[in-house]
Amino acid sequence: MSKPSTNVTARKSGSAWIRSTLVYVRQHWQLYLFFIMPAFLLTIIFRYIPMGGIAIAFTNYNPFQGIFGSEWVGFSHFERFLSSPDFMSYLLNTLKLSIYGLLWGFPAPILLAFLLNRIISKSKKQKIQLVLYMPNFISVIVLCGIVRILLSPTGMVNMLLGTNYNFMTMPEAFRTIYIASGIWQGAGWGSIIYTAALSNASKELKEAAVIDGANIIQQIKTVEWPAIKDTVLIQFVMSVGNIMSVGFEKAYALQTDLNMGASEIISTYVYKKGIIDGDYGFSTAVGLFNTVINVILLLSMNAIVKKMNDGKGI
Amino acid sequence: MNAVNVKKKSEFARQPIGDQMLLVVGYVVLGIFVVAIIFPMIYIILSSFIDPITLQNKGVTFDFSKWTLTAYERVMTNAQIWVGFKNALLYSIEATVLSGAVTLLAAYPMSRPDFRGRGFFNVIFVITMFFGGGLIPTYLLISDIGWLDNPLAILVPGAFSVWNMIIARTYYQGIPRDLQEAANIDGASEMVYFFKILLPVCTPIIATISMWNFVGMWNSYFDAMIYLNSASKQPLQLVLRGILIQSQPEPGMVSDMQSTAERAQLAELLKYATIIISSLPLMIMYPFFQKYFDSGIMAGAVKG
Repeated sequence: MSKPSTNVTARKSGSAWIRSTLVYVRQHWQLYLFFIMPAFLLTIIFRYIPMGGIAIAFTNYNPFQGIFGSEWVGFSHFERFLSSPDFMSYLLNTLKLSIYGLLWGFPAPILLAFLLNRIISKSKKQKIQLVLYMPNFISVIVLCGIVRILLSPTGMVNMLLGTNYNFMTMPEAFRTIYIASGIWQGAGWGSIIYTAALSNASKELKEAAVIDGANIIQQIKTVEWPAIKDTVLIQFVMSVGNIMSVGFEKAYALQTDLNMGASEIISTYVYKKGIIDGDYGFSTAVGLFNTVINVILLLSMNAIVKKMNDGKGI
Repeated sequence: MNAVNVKKKSEFARQPIGDQMLLVVGYVVLGIFVVAIIFPMIYIILSSFIDPITLQNKGVTFDFSKWTLTAYERVMTNAQIWVGFKNALLYSIEATVLSGAVTLLAAYPMSRPDFRGRGFFNVIFVITMFFGGGLIPTYLLISDIGWLDNPLAILVPGAFSVWNMIIARTYYQGIPRDLQEAANIDGASEMVYFFKILLPVCTPIIATISMWNFVGMWNSYFDAMIYLNSASKQPLQLVLRGILIQSQPEPGMVSDMQSTAERAQLAELLKYATIIISSLPLMIMYPFFQKYFDSGIMAGAVKG
């Protein structure tokens, strides 16, 4: 209702606004020069200039001729990728890895947080958390090293099963290995944020529920779930937004020549085509394809959550 | 001790039967998770001490005559491992300082409601969280700058983290504003206020972000793999990659063995010792930071 009138005043006082901003900047020049400038320059140079470099995807890029000197090929790299027989396989590998990873990996930390929340003794809870967080500090390389050792034909898992499978060479085992080791490493650490949200749940509300004779399920429904709902939604949108950027580092470190049928995902393909083979134009096009799908997923997910959550997105 | 147990028992017993069963199931699930984390770790630790031939044929044994420190000796006397350690430590400290400085500084104006241009900078920064040029354009930029095989390539481009900036910003916003007003009346400049008044009360978030930066750099290998080629510049994780993933022990670690079979067995054993030696520093360090996790992460992430 009052919007048009504010617009008018804003327009009228446009020059006043500029003047007051100048005064502000002169008074607070340190904020601009020392505080924001380093971050701003780094962002422009290392984030925005590469965005301009996306033009490489439409050329047969030759480092010696630069972007403008290289031959312009339009969408032919995209056509080549989309029509290649491997395209579907890489896309499905990427999607399956991250969607299954999300289905199994997303609820795990929430479950852990609920369980931890039920431990009455503070010191016991802390000790358990110490163990649960530990794998997070193991590097991807060491994690994959451990996985390879435990799953080798003479490793611990085969000894326990009394078999001698070579799991690392089986494409059908790759996703299970990837996702299970991800939960092993990340679920405990991921639970911190939910544990923190749960500790914000009102104590009085919970005590009242207990006095009213609410059982655990009812307590979770009425007290605990409302306390973490927003956090869960935000985390979920963020995870969906990262579906296409499943970690290169781990997939690459778990890859063997024989499990490639399941383990070759778009990001590993981009790396091999671009950095190893030097096919810059094509590789950039594949990477761009990946990013665009990612952005579309994120935006649509945010819209859905907004609808479900009374207009609150992220 | 006894009294505590009795109290807990009664607390448990007071609950309805349905809840008791649910709790038991919950504790079992949690127990399984804890065991699943500890068991492989103990297995790796034990295996690292066992004679390679015994390990391959029989697995872990408590017959101590078959125990040996060979693997540790060979790994610890290898020069490349130490080069990796030294580089990883250097890069991690540099990344922690550089990234911490840029991020904590930028978060300050972004936390002030009166900061002119806040909306503009916010849009510029947040876009980069979801959209970017991708691997190749970034690689070509670094190569144009002339940073191939230069550690700056793995330190500078990622120094500003938008995510950490948001978390620090949220934390600053939780600091009472009268602190700042008092400082302004005294005529303190922005710098003085930031360093003398604001930062000292932000230890949890500084500790949390520093730890993330340190661990992140210590554990990453991708940037080093594409940008650093000389062996003398490689961080630990790249050296480990050769030993653990590519099964290529550093030259000299196994070369004195006569047969290929012996060499392969020894190479396997070296993996266990390598895992222990390389993971030990962070495993020892991290419990000291645990007290900051809750306050730091809670403040930033839950609201952010």
